Formats: sequence, C-alpha cells, structure tokens
Amino acid sequence: MQGVTPRLALKGITKQFPGCRANDGVDLTLLPGEIHALLGENGAGKSTLVKIIYGILHADEGEVIWDGKPVQVANPAAARALGIGMVFQHFSLFDSLTVAENIALGLDKPGRMAELSQRIVTVSQHYGLPLDPSRPVHSLSVGERQRVEIVRSLLGEPRLLIMDEPTSVLTPQEVDRLFVTLRQLAAEGRTILYISHKLEEIRALCSRATVLRGGRVAAACDPATTSAREMAELMIGSELTAPCRPAAVDALGEALLEVEGLHTTSDDPFATNIRDAHLRVHAGEIVGIAGVAGNGQAELLSALSGEVPLPVSAMVRICGTAAGHMSPRPRRRLGLAFVPEERLGRGAVPEMSLADNALLSGYGSGGLVRRGLVHFRKTRKVAETIIQRFGVAARGHGSQARSLSGGNLQKFIIGREIMQKPKLLIAAQPTWGVDAGAAAAIHQALIDLARSGAAVLVVSQDLDELFALSDRIAVIHNGALSEAVPAAELSVERIGLLMGGIFTQDGETEGAGHVPT
Amino acid sequence: MFRLEPRPHPSTLALLASPLLAILLTLLAGMALFAALGFDPLKTLAAYFVAPIDSGDGLAELTVKATPLLLCAIGLALGFRANIWNIGAEGQLIMGAVAGSGVALFLRPENGAAWVLPAMFIAGALGGMAWASIPAVLKLRFNASEILTSLMLTYVADLFLRWLVNGPWRDPDGFNFPQSQMFEADAVIPPLIQGTRLGFGFLLAVVIALGGWFLLARTFVGFQIKVIGLTTAAAGYAGFNKSRITWMSLLLSGALAGIAGLNEVAGPIGQLTPSISPGYGFTAIIVAFLGRLHPFGILLASLLLALTYLGGETAQISLGLPVAVTSVFQGMLLFFLLACEVLVRYRLKLRRH
Repeated sequence: MQGVTPRLALKGITKQFPGCRANDGVDLTLLPGEIHALLGENGAGKSTLVKIIYGILHADEGEVIWDGKPVQVANPAAARALGIGMVFQHFSLFDSLTVAENIALGLDKPGRMAELSQRIVTVSQHYGLPLDPSRPVHSLSVGERQRVEIVRSLLGEPRLLIMDEPTSVLTPQEVDRLFVTLRQLAAEGRTILYISHKLEEIRALCSRATVLRGGRVAAACDPATTSAREMAELMIGSELTAPCRPAAVDALGEALLEVEGLHTTSDDPFATNIRDAHLRVHAGEIVGIAGVAGNGQAELLSALSGEVPLPVSAMVRICGTAAGHMSPRPRRRLGLAFVPEERLGRGAVPEMSLADNALLSGYGSGGLVRRGLVHFRKTRKVAETIIQRFGVAARGHGSQARSLSGGNLQKFIIGREIMQKPKLLIAAQPTWGVDAGAAAAIHQALIDLARSGAAVLVVSQDLDELFALSDRIAVIHNGALSEAVPAAELSVERIGLLMGGIFTQDGETEGAGHVPT
Repeated sequence: MFRLEPRPHPSTLALLASPLLAILLTLLAGMALFAALGFDPLKTLAAYFVAPIDSGDGLAELTVKATPLLLCAIGLALGFRANIWNIGAEGQLIMGAVAGSGVALFLRPENGAAWVLPAMFIAGALGGMAWASIPAVLKLRFNASEILTSLMLTYVADLFLRWLVNGPWRDPDGFNFPQSQMFEADAVIPPLIQGTRLGFGFLLAVVIALGGWFLLARTFVGFQIKVIGLTTAAAGYAGFNKSRITWMSLLLSGALAGIAGLNEVAGPIGQLTPSISPGYGFTAIIVAFLGRLHPFGILLASLLLALTYLGGETAQISLGLPVAVTSVFQGMLLFFLLACEVLVRYRLKLRRH
C-alpha cells in the first residue's frame, strides 16, 4: 500500500459534545478503490466521525486530508464539491414527488429535467440499479427508494461514497444486488466507507475494517481473516456470551395466541392492511415473524396489543378468550405483555423516572395500585428489582428513562414485561439498535421466558436474530402472513423469497449460506 | 437572523426560577411604563402592589379576588397536564353562576332553610360541568379542537347571561337595570369573619387545591393524566383510557369554574349581573402557567394575579391611572413567562451564512 496517496486521511479527530467526547483522537486512512468498514456499537462515535467527513459537524481538533492536501469541509455542499457522497440510513425523499424531482432537489446544479432524467437512466443502468425517473416515490419499495438515494449520490461523481447502515431495510436478495453495485464502484477506483454492525456482511464485502469503541479507534482488522465473533468482541471490548437455547419441548403446549382470519382496516392511506392472517403461538415456543419494514408489522402489532381494537372479537384469542374487541388493559389482564418497537415515547415515558415507568404497564400486578392510589414504595422496589435482575446500567429507580442508552432502556422494558409473569409476550424488534452485549442478554431472557412455559412472539427485521431465537418462523409481506415453518427447515434464501412476496413452495432454493456472495 | 436550538439539558433550577424571573421582568417593564407616562415609577409601583394589602381588609379583599382564580386554575391545570386545553373557564364560570342563581331565585324557601346554599353550590358545579361537556362531546365525537369550541362557547354563555338579566330574570323593581333580584339572606354566603370580606369560598378553594395536589401526586388517575400529557403513544400502549381522562378533566375543570361563578354571585355580588367576572376564567390560564401547573404554585400565583386586580383599582383611584393597566400587567406577565420558558429550554443562535 506504500506509495499510494490516500483518498482521505483523518488525523487525531476530536469532537466534544456537552457531557461526552464523541471522537477522541481518531485516525483513519481510506485508499482509492477500497471498501472500508467502520464498525462500532451505538454511541461509539461512528455517526459523529462520518458527519465530520461530510461537513455536517466540525472537528474541535485534528486534520482532514483529502488527496494529500489538508482541507476544511465547511458544509455538505463543500463535501460534494470535493467528491464526497453520502447515503443516509434514513431516506430524505418526498413521497408525492417523482424520482427525478426528488433527485433534482438533492443536487447542487440539477440542470434541465429532461437531461437529468436521461442521466438518471444512464447511471442507474450502468450500475445495475434500474429506476424509472417518472415514477412517484410513494409507489417504490424500500429497496428502490434506497436506489434513488444512491443514484442521487452517484450523479455527483463521488470519489468517496459513505454508506450508513445501507442494508438494514433490504431483503437478502436486495443486499446481494447492492453488493454487486458496490464492488463495481470500488473497481472503478472509488472509495466506499461502509458503516454497519452486520458483521457477516462486512466479512463478505469489505477489504479493511476500523473498529471504534468509546470514541477511539479500538482496532483495525482484515475482515476476511477475522471471525464475526472476534469483531463483535473488539466492538464491545469484552467476551461475548452466546445465548444458550435448550431444545424445545417435543409436545407443543396449548395455543396461547390464536389469530384467525385477521383483517385490519385503517384511515391512513399509507397503512398496509393485514389480510386474512392466521397464526398460533403455543406455550413454550418462540415464533418469529420476519419481513421488511412497512409490510404490515405495525398494523399486526397494534391489532394484537389492542391499541387498535378489531371488528370481530374472535379474530384474536389470548389464552383461549376472544379478545378482538378488547383494549390493551383487559388484554393484559388475560396474560399478555407487550414490548413495542419504539422504546422512548411508547414503551417508556422519556421524562419520567424508571419507577414511574415500571408502573406504566405494570399497574395490573404486584399491588402497585390499591383503591386508586399508587403505592410508590412498591413501584420503586419493582424498578430496583428490574435494574438488578436484568443488569440495567442506571443510577437507580430515580433516573429518567431518557437518560438510559437504547440497550439499557430495552433491557428495562423487557424486564418490566417479564416481571409481570406473562403467559404471552409479544416483542417488536427486541434488539434493534441495541449493542451486542445487551442483545445477548435480551435474547437469553426471551428464551428463558419461553422455556418456563410462556408463549413468545417476536417480530423482527433481523434474520440472524430470528434464527437465533425462533422455534418457528413466519414471514409478513404486503399485509399477508405466511405459514409459520419450523426454523430448522428454513434457509435464508427461502425466507428472502418469502420476504419478497413469493409464497409458493416450488422453486425453493436450498443451501444454508447465510453470507450474501 | 436567529434560530432557536434546543438545549440538551435544560437546567432544573432555571425552570423553577423562571416564574420569579418573569415577575421581576414584569415589574421592571411596569416601572418603565409608569416612567414613560410621567409617574414616579417606585411610588406608582408601591401604590399598585403594596398599598392594596397594607391592611387586614386589604388582605381579605385579596382572597376574594384570588378565590375564583384559584378554583378555575386548579381545574384548568389538571386538564393542561393531560394536554386538554380548556380555554373556556370564563364561560363555564358564567354558566355556573347562572345555574346557581336559578336555584336561589326560583326555589325560594322559607327563612332558615339550610339546604339552599348547598343546592346552589351543586347547581353551580353542574352548570359549569354541563357547559364543559359540550367541548368534550365535540372533541371525542368529531375531533373538534377544544381550544376553539370552549373559547367560542364563552361568548355564547356571556350573551345568554345578558339575555337573562335583560329579559326573563330582570328584577321587576330594579328600575330597568339589567340585573336580577337580590338573593335572600339564606342564599348568600356569610363571611368567615364578621366584618370582613374573607369568604368561605377561599377556604373551599384552598381545600380543593390540596385535593388537586393529592390527585396528581398520589393517585393512579393523576399518573394517567401525567402520562397522557407527556406522551400520548405511551398512554395508548399502557392501555389508559384517553377519552375517560378527557371527560374527567373537562368536567372537573367545568365544575370548579362553575363553583367559582356561583361563589361570586352568592358571595361578594349577591345577585346576578351582566358583569360577574372581570375575566377571571381567562386570567386563570395565566395563573395555571405561572404556578407551573402545580397546585401549590397555583395557590401563590392566584394571590399575585389577584393583586394585579386590586392594584389596578387602587391605582385608578389614587393616581388616576386607567384600569386597563391591570390587563397590561397580566399580559406582560404571561409574555415574560412564556419568553423565559422558551429561553430556558432553547438557546438563541445567530444564523451564519
């Protein structure tokens, strides 16, 4: 590698926020034509570093060297002028505008629309990212929306392309296709900085990896020769204990959740209504529901939790009782506990203490409320117990929910639901954005709950998580729920096809390669 | 030029101190105003804020003005905590006064009937409640903003009161003045201490403020109010019944405003007139916010705002200042309060180009 001028070199980048040093003397060197992984847990400083490169934030100390010359990146427009492009994790597209209009809005000099459309077609064909410039964005799938963002960046002829968690919303097949494009870009001499915490993907795609921990560079490694486990341990800085999953009991227990012919309707024109869903979850088992976000998960979950009551009571049975008409409170009385996808603002009240948040859904058990009065000593004790039993890093029951990290708050919420000794637990994205150590603890708690005789339903986009947890897996696509199949009989490819909407049995491909090639 | 940027950690001390800072700024601005009008600022301020309460009578008078403010503000604050924005306490106060007066005027008992006053209080509460139930129905059935409906109903109530005292309820021996007959002695609240205007109503209001504190701080209903106000989605997740809390807070604030209205007509006034309230129901909104929606804070704030009413009257008599100065003070107080609140939570940043 000697003799090659790095495309970008960062030297001693330091960024201080009130109360936390997000980057602390970070060095990073990116060479032309390489795909470089930036790894780290939430809060390790990846986003801050990338925002400094792209000119959204400015470093307090340190140098940014572009093609051998020190530069000051004043703002994103300046970054684009240098040849730096970025594709964000959250898309910034207007649903009601067409692809070409959206792209024009994001360019510094869009030019005439007809020419722009022609350029979009040329670029998208060249990189195998087919796009119709005249289609409105709301009619595109999530994968296609991401293509819009990528094409928008590519039109600026970037020599460094930053991609922030690009695969979190894609099916395995879409991921494969994206990787072909990224390799093509690298072969043309462009540099790609790839941010992800999906370690197997990084092993398959990237030539070098830099691991951040607590704002500093913890390690640099070659992903091809480092195992995913070793990389995870570099990220969390300690040894990872994999969840241990005792085999399921052979005979299934009684069905504690029965969904029969579930339909939902909604006033929201962008909602995905559930059509004729059938599902059973038995005592002692964990059933997973896979699917790309926006395929009806939110509607299914609010129908199960009772936040949106159903027209026919028998559509949902909880522990044998028809519960479709019930609101969340009587459903909890039947033995349901629920972990929502949004932690702050749904699963917990950000401004309230952990003791108050223990009461939020725990008011039905443990004598926390008597004759309409809150028993505050008991709520504090329950909060302390959850903190201890589930290893929540918090100062105590008085800490505000929003002062906890995402992983710790999730441990608290899952702990709170498990403490109510539910017969049926429904968890949405239980470890989304949670660091590896906390994720392992959450998985273990869910497995233990199921093995102690409760029924557990997990809705997740993370296939690795579903395979680690589930006894059976179903797939949701465009409001339709597939049959739940024993996890051992499923391959990632098969699930990928189901997530893409192909529910038929024939044409099944076999081979358990988890790694996209 | 400037933009507001949220502060990552708003200081708790600053949040608690902001009402005090707002009061200080109001006084400074008031002094500037007096000086501009050609009055000695310090003397005028003393005439406004000290002279009215330098005697026992003055203090008793302060409680008279504070009572309706306190009653209305406690009810409003419970709703505000749950994001229910009842702006129409003034209308509910009027309807409570009307309902209670109805009992006093038409169920004329023989002398010594002890049940008249209690019946009037109940009628007052029910009258305010009924008026507040209209915004509740409109909100829950048709998703109509209670801010607009409750405010507009205030003017309906005001016109209804004017029609009553100009028409069917006008005192036939009242020389055509638009007012009802004087209430019988049994229908008038006696003063707590003979010879002063310190009324039973103030005692009741303080007890209700304590009750409001207990409801918010100790009961599960209070917890639900706080959760709904902070994060509606979390309340839905927990299974709290939002329409029940909406009903409860609107009915409760209506009832308290109604009691406040009844306490005016059966106490200091003694008959139904078109001007039973100098805007107590609206000033109570300032009281609720100045007290940081906390019952104890509201108790203090109601005394301060009562003082602006008294001061306005005193300054009019002793210095010839227009009585509108009262509204100016109340307006400045709300303005500085909101400004302090914003600057505690956000900071100003110069926009660079």
